[in-house]
Amino acid sequence: MNSLATTAPAARTGTPLVEMRDIAISFGGIRAVDNVSVDLYPGEVVGLLGHNGAGKSTLIKILAGAYRQDSGEIRIGGQKAEIANPRDAKRLGIETIYQTLALADNVDAAANLFLGRELMTPWGTLDDVAMEAATREVMGRLNPNFRKFKEPVRGLSGGQRQSVAIARAIHFNAKILIMDEPTAALGPQETAQVGELIKQLKAEGIGIFLISHDIHDVFDLADRVSVMKNGKLVGSARTSDVTKDEVLGMIILGKCPPGATPGPGASL
Amino acid sequence: MTETTTAATPVPSSPPQTAPTSFIRALEIDVRFLGMIGALAAIWIVFDILADGTFLTPRNLWNLSVQSSSIAVMSTGMVLIIVMRHIDLSVGSILGVTGMIMAVFQVSYLLPTFGFNHPAVMALTLVAGIAAGAAIGALHGFVIAYLGVPAFIVTLGGLLVWRGAAWAVAEGKTIPLVDDNFKLLGGGADGSIGATWSWVVAVIACLAIAFATVQARRQRQRFHFPLKPVWAEVTTITFGCLAVIGATLVVNAYTLPAVLARRYAEAAGIEVPPEGLSVSFGFAVPVLVALAVGIIMTFVTNRTRFGRYVFAIGGNPEAAELAGINTKRVTLAVFALMGALAAIGAAISTARLNSATNAQGTLDELYVIAAAVIGGTSLAGGSGTIAGAMIGALVMQSLQSGMVLMRVDTPYQNIVVGIVLVFAVWIDTVYRKRFK
Repeated sequence: MNSLATTAPAARTGTPLVEMRDIAISFGGIRAVDNVSVDLYPGEVVGLLGHNGAGKSTLIKILAGAYRQDSGEIRIGGQKAEIANPRDAKRLGIETIYQTLALADNVDAAANLFLGRELMTPWGTLDDVAMEAATREVMGRLNPNFRKFKEPVRGLSGGQRQSVAIARAIHFNAKILIMDEPTAALGPQETAQVGELIKQLKAEGIGIFLISHDIHDVFDLADRVSVMKNGKLVGSARTSDVTKDEVLGMIILGKCPPGATPGPGASL
Repeated sequence: MTETTTAATPVPSSPPQTAPTSFIRALEIDVRFLGMIGALAAIWIVFDILADGTFLTPRNLWNLSVQSSSIAVMSTGMVLIIVMRHIDLSVGSILGVTGMIMAVFQVSYLLPTFGFNHPAVMALTLVAGIAAGAAIGALHGFVIAYLGVPAFIVTLGGLLVWRGAAWAVAEGKTIPLVDDNFKLLGGGADGSIGATWSWVVAVIACLAIAFATVQARRQRQRFHFPLKPVWAEVTTITFGCLAVIGATLVVNAYTLPAVLARRYAEAAGIEVPPEGLSVSFGFAVPVLVALAVGIIMTFVTNRTRFGRYVFAIGGNPEAAELAGINTKRVTLAVFALMGALAAIGAAISTARLNSATNAQGTLDELYVIAAAVIGGTSLAGGSGTIAGAMIGALVMQSLQSGMVLMRVDTPYQNIVVGIVLVFAVWIDTVYRKRFK
């Protein structure tokens, strides 16, 4: 059925968590994503690589419900899924950490964590205390030194803001996690922390799309990589079958090495 | 991996914060709000000195409270509009047209149906006015949110359209109001609740302040969060109650003039004592309406999903959209709410003038925006408080009223108000840069 499924090892022969097939979207005549197919299995990390403007973020925004594809099909757990808006995506267990973090700077960590999914009291009012308690709990695991629960997130450091965005994604029992340049704003120590977190989430059976323009961020964490160039899929490969240099060749030249399955965007 | 735990478990990951050192921090008072109260007090004292002690009199303060009501009511809605990075230039015109609609509806339809001073007349007049205001606001909101026309343009158009509509409702005629119940909304001797009821209101307010404080503390105890020191809670309650009692003493110290008091006594069948009868005004009905609106709007802002979404959208519209918030619907609702509040403002000001004219509310949009901005609402969006805006309305009215007492001519009044507005926003900008 899916050409990529044939490359999947024994451990991944079950139903994929996510199948995006022949996805295309245009903005004002420009094909931002052109017939791209990618998939993701439980407990797997798939790196989505490509230059700035290659269409990676646009592709995952379709999965996250921020954009609607012009054509192509999305299957979640084998079922055809209609994702018309971010709420639909969240209902399907898809959580996203955006490159911009997508935090409302003027409200506190708890308000951001529960934005759109507030806990309510029996009287239909916001249960701020319960939300703060839950925030303290999840932040206690991600960033034990975090104390600024009452402050607008504007006043937090880059790393703290990042941990609020990550907390929001993992608090709601995500099955599928999309991380768009999750370490772009972080120092080396925090980057290592995010790496640890990804391994932990992977061990729990969560499927993760890791988007980056920097191969070094992704290569060691990912089980597979899919490379995009000019909106087209260059190819996909298991990281054990290719070298970093070969993947670099895919990103820069669009050249598909022997260990990879070529896509429509591969140069001949 | 994570359960959405909401159970009342202790939170080991976050040890109690160290005891707050400074007095103000322990009280958790908004410093800017304190600054605004200070500025208001300064304005009052300066005017009292310049106007030879005529400003800080029960009579003037009572009048001030009544005159501020309409703008204060509308400023609460403007806060939400500005927080969402929009603006509404049409509130004065909406006030004009809804005032006209209420007057015409009352005189032409309700009175013939129900008869003179029937209680339903007032209720239905208000329902019609508020529904009309909300519909007009919703129309603006629809064009802004769903058709994508900037709020500045839509409401600038609205300013012209609804002012014209106010004229068209009665071909420019002034419509006198006849229902006595409705006139209570305007204040005056009849539209005040008297000394006894004012104390009842004061006691209820004090109990409410104490109850709210205790309730908030209980909530935090439930989750073992760090608590404010008890003395800080007691101080908050004490100052809150003192403010309520002080306001009550002032409005009760304003008594009816001797002639009116005698007429009142005759009407009520009271024996007039030889030293003269002292009848207190007490809180005016429009002031109570404004305070009720303020409390409800504060609740909506802080305790409901809707309020949370308004602020989140103001802080980062894109993030709110990605969080799954229907930002268009919230935008429409905020403008509809603004329209409804403009109608309440219209009810107060038409009742106060005993008639509706097509020029009513002209320039009110500017006073309402100024009140919100002086009250600390940031035009960049994302921040503002209801209480601040209401204080802002009081500041604007104090300036005007003080200059009237000083016999400053209207053009010069406008010059001063304009300068003060710019000055206040400059101070706020400096504050934000310095203290964030």
